[in-house]
Amino acid sequence: MDWPLSDTSFCIATQENTMKDTDIKKLLYTHLLCIFSIILSIFIPSFFLENFSILETHLTWLCICSVSVTAVNLVLYLVVKPNVSSKRSSLSYKVTRFLKCCIYFLTSCFFFHVIFVLYGAPLIELALETFSLAVILSTFTTIPCLCLLGPNFKAWLRIFSRNGVTSIWENSLQITTISSFVGIWLGAFPIPLDWGRPWQEWPISCTLGATFGYVAGLVISPLWIYWNRKKLTYKNN
Amino acid sequence: MRLGSGTFAAGCVVIEVLGVALFLRGFFPAPVFSGAERQAESPAPEPSAGASSNWTELPPPLFSKVVILLIDALRDDFVFGSKGVKFMPYTTYLVEKGSSLSFVAEAKPPTVTMPRIKALLTGSLPGFIDVVRNLNSPTLMEDNVITRAKAAGKRIIFYGDETWVKLFPKHFVEYDGTTSFFVSDYTEVDNNVTRHLDKVLKRQDWDMLILHYLGLDHIGHISGPSSPLVGHKLSEMDSILMKIHTALLAEERDPLLPSLLVLCGDHGMSEAGGHGASSMEEVNTALVLVSSAFERKPGDVRHPTRVQQTDLAATLSIGLGLPIPKSNTGGLMFPVVEGRPMREQLRFLHLNTVQLSKLLQENVPSYNKEPGFEQFKVSERSHRNWIRLYLEENNSEVVFNLGAKVRRQYLDALRTLKLSLSRRAAQYDVYSMAVGTVLVLEALVLLLLSVPQALSSRAELDVPLLSPVCSLLFYLLLLALAALHVVVCTAADSSCYLCSLPWLAAGGVMTLIAALLCAGMSALTRVFAGGKCLSQVELAFQNPPQSTSRWSELDLLSFLGTVGHVLSLGASSFIEEEHQTWYFLVNTLCLALCHQIYRKCLLGDDCAPQHCPHTGEEFDGVAVALQGKRAGPEGWELSRAPADPSSLEALRGSERWMVLASPWLVLACCRLLRSLNQTGVQWAHRPDLGHWLTSSDHKAELSVLAALSLTMIFVLVQKRCSLTSKVAMAFGLLGIYCYRAAIGNVLFPWQQDNKDISKGITEARFVYVFVLGILFTGAKDLLKSQIIAADFTARTVGLWEIHSGLVLLATLLLRPHNLPVLVLSLAIQTIMAQFIWRPLRHDVAEVTVMHYWFGQAFFYFQGNSNSIATVDISAGFVGLDAYMEIPAMFLTAFATYSGPVLWASHLVNFLTSEASSGSALSHACFCYALICSIPVSVYIILVTSLRYHLFIWSVFSPKLLYEGMHLLITAAVCIFFTAMDQTNTKS
Ligand SMILES: [Zn+2]
Ligand SMILES: [Zn+2]
Repeated sequence: MDWPLSDTSFCIATQENTMKDTDIKKLLYTHLLCIFSIILSIFIPSFFLENFSILETHLTWLCICSVSVTAVNLVLYLVVKPNVSSKRSSLSYKVTRFLKCCIYFLTSCFFFHVIFVLYGAPLIELALETFSLAVILSTFTTIPCLCLLGPNFKAWLRIFSRNGVTSIWENSLQITTISSFVGIWLGAFPIPLDWGRPWQEWPISCTLGATFGYVAGLVISPLWIYWNRKKLTYKNN
Repeated sequence: MRLGSGTFAAGCVVIEVLGVALFLRGFFPAPVFSGAERQAESPAPEPSAGASSNWTELPPPLFSKVVILLIDALRDDFVFGSKGVKFMPYTTYLVEKGSSLSFVAEAKPPTVTMPRIKALLTGSLPGFIDVVRNLNSPTLMEDNVITRAKAAGKRIIFYGDETWVKLFPKHFVEYDGTTSFFVSDYTEVDNNVTRHLDKVLKRQDWDMLILHYLGLDHIGHISGPSSPLVGHKLSEMDSILMKIHTALLAEERDPLLPSLLVLCGDHGMSEAGGHGASSMEEVNTALVLVSSAFERKPGDVRHPTRVQQTDLAATLSIGLGLPIPKSNTGGLMFPVVEGRPMREQLRFLHLNTVQLSKLLQENVPSYNKEPGFEQFKVSERSHRNWIRLYLEENNSEVVFNLGAKVRRQYLDALRTLKLSLSRRAAQYDVYSMAVGTVLVLEALVLLLLSVPQALSSRAELDVPLLSPVCSLLFYLLLLALAALHVVVCTAADSSCYLCSLPWLAAGGVMTLIAALLCAGMSALTRVFAGGKCLSQVELAFQNPPQSTSRWSELDLLSFLGTVGHVLSLGASSFIEEEHQTWYFLVNTLCLALCHQIYRKCLLGDDCAPQHCPHTGEEFDGVAVALQGKRAGPEGWELSRAPADPSSLEALRGSERWMVLASPWLVLACCRLLRSLNQTGVQWAHRPDLGHWLTSSDHKAELSVLAALSLTMIFVLVQKRCSLTSKVAMAFGLLGIYCYRAAIGNVLFPWQQDNKDISKGITEARFVYVFVLGILFTGAKDLLKSQIIAADFTARTVGLWEIHSGLVLLATLLLRPHNLPVLVLSLAIQTIMAQFIWRPLRHDVAEVTVMHYWFGQAFFYFQGNSNSIATVDISAGFVGLDAYMEIPAMFLTAFATYSGPVLWASHLVNFLTSEASSGSALSHACFCYALICSIPVSVYIILVTSLRYHLFIWSVFSPKLLYEGMHLLITAAVCIFFTAMDQTNTKS
């Protein structure tokens, strides 16, 4: 398994604490940047596009939001580098890794699409809407996973099982991903209500739910980690 | 007394059934209605002492044309109050000076449009029972003014709320219904009505025009009664009234037969703008009758008098010269006929009292003693005498004065009759409802409190029955309850069901309540004592376990799912679309299982909660029931499976792949079933496979599908049956195909077209023989396993045969396009048992919850919903050549609930064949009882608090009936479980 941590000096207690504190700070800043990008994706396009609003031109907003979140995630990953793999960083390796990541991303989009259909989304009509929902969910969940863990399905599964987390970054990843899923899950609830509001249209409530969930995860995870920093000990495998 | 937890749970569910039955009896009071079939019955002749009077036919109509202007939510002060003066000048002029009669008509709750329209037209107070009586059509079946008018050849035109078109689909010569779906629109709905007005008022080809304006009600819902929009709307309505009135006046030629304009509201509007409840603002509506017949002398000041809304039906019938509807409980508004000659007045009053007293005779056994009936007899006698006098000497002062006396007597009789009828009519019997609720809640609390004991590995619990019965508390409670009962029943106007019960039965109910309360108390003290002791033990260990580790995702999901489902029952849309809730939950369950499987298979990760150290931490009851960890590992594991944690990795290759694929297979099956039957309300119109298959063009496809499904059912069922039942099953399934071919649902390949369609009675009875045969074989095997102890295989075979007998019965009863539901249900059961529950070693509580969820989902996959309209009544006629109530009801109930029943019977099969521990079945029974009774109990409370809700009749009441029925089925299932458990412990 190849996810060596950047810190190798975890055993010394004081150092560990300071490391943790700086890491938590870093985490907080990156998350704030992500939230900022989502907020920008809501407000900036209205200067360039006519009639832009989240509800009416929902798909456009989805595309913009997805692109901006992806971009911010990639940039942050390149800048912060939470887990640098020092070995084997040849160009060909990087390229294959990148291609693999793309394939994983596409697969996850289709996978989510299938799951939405299984949940009862219409099979043929509104396929574009369903797929864009799958894309935005992949953006919130798969992209951070790819950035942090690389194309490694077992590592992903490990993160989402109990006691499988090995660093603050992974812990926050776990929290944001789960909260995105919970958000999209809860976002489906208002659909059967007969209020006749525009945001009850498929898939708007779900995308909004996923976004709120993701943002909530981004806010909660640094706080939660900070709050529990004494209790959190990560197995360094 | 020691009881097995299964027996205990079954007992609790039976008590709950009793409580729910009592609640239902109070919630749906028997309405006052006429059971007599509508037949050409001659009207009551004028009473005559001699042979001289022969006025036997109905009196002629008083009005030539009638226009009913129904303004939704027209509160009384919108017309008679300051708003009316300000915004409705023409109407105010008519009310104060014109030729009109004005009333404040009192509506009865639920103040909702549809029941109110029914009340206006039938004169009865519609209970829920008439929704049940005409199951499949919303058409108004009761005798009413519109039907009578149509029968009398009147041409009726209707514009307005669509509800009318649904109630009277074939009665109008011309109509235009507008939906009241978009409450935010208050101009279009009314313009849709008004646009026809000019044309129609010019025409002569109608006798009755009905206009129902929705705008005012919508404004009320949006912004309340004090909004400025109300004023605008009232002015608009005033101008419409003026237009109609002037048009009617211009056309009136015959001064003896004037026309009538009725301005009325169906219900009022509360200060918040809604309606449905029984506040003064919602109940009081304006009613103005305008006609030149009501000409008044100068100086004649008429104030609005109070009448009942139901009085309009009788008045309209008299005014149009029609017979009064049979179920009418209202009385003629006397001022309408005041201008007629005395003889006619008395004739009208006589007709009305005769109808009311007939209704009283039909509904009250001891009608002779009712004061109203006596008064009616007296006034009829004096009427008779008066007629003789009248015919003998005409036009004298004496005759008139005597007539006035008779009239007074009639009016008194009318009032008393109305009172005694309306007292019996639909109102919530709160006392019975409360007693029922208390019973249900006590049983539920008892279940919850005994969770720790009942789910212990012994699966036994102490039921403290004897000691509370002897305790002082019990007798005090009993005394208090008896006193309460006497006080309630002797109160002034009580018509409670409980009070009408014999004393012994009521006393039994009281005793039950007191005993349950005492038992609950002692259970509570025991839990508290136990909790204290356990926490001390925990302290001694100094090792509080991490509470998170006790909850696997599955437990969390089942807990949250149950809570979420119960909460969703408070919203009408979620009830209408309850199938979505279950599909959603089942899907999530499959994904959670998938996650668990992949984690275990690929990572060898095994933090399964079964292996957490067992400690006696005190929990909230539901949580424990759902995860059932208290029993510790030994009582819970379904043995047979290999014991080491990495069992999944030891699986053989193909099997391992099956395990990995099985959740996806189940998910795909669910998705397929979901598109088979669209149910619910919002998306019910979407095309689905079921409609495609049942359309006559696709008979060949349906036949192929049915044949394929029957084969698949045989393949899935036969492998665990004995040879005899295998053969019986094959013949039975063949018989089912023959039956469907006989009644013309499917085709044989050699059959060209459906030439002779029979009822298929022979074929169906042929299948019934095999169903009974298989059930009998199963029972025989079970008995054999009891006699020859430890004959394990005979026992499982016997249970499976009973299961397959039920499957065969369901196959016969379900419509052919629903056969895939059965096939996939069997397939999912097999997959889940083989590849998920067995390898993953879920505990009994989890398996039970999953069975329950799947059972619920399959209830809706079959095409059921929470509206009465989707009950497939045809299932009750399979194999019967005439309607027989009890078999038909049993068959319909079984067909409707076949999903939950089959899943429950699979649960018995699975647990008997898998579990090593003998207590598995009784644990499952307990969990099943608990998880079924939580929604019912909460729903009863919800419905009680929502009883004046807008949708109480249309959404909440049918759901209540479904819940009651479901509880009854659960009781049957629990008793079956207990019986199986008993045989288990004996053998
Ligand atoms: Zn209304
Ligand atoms: Zn309304």
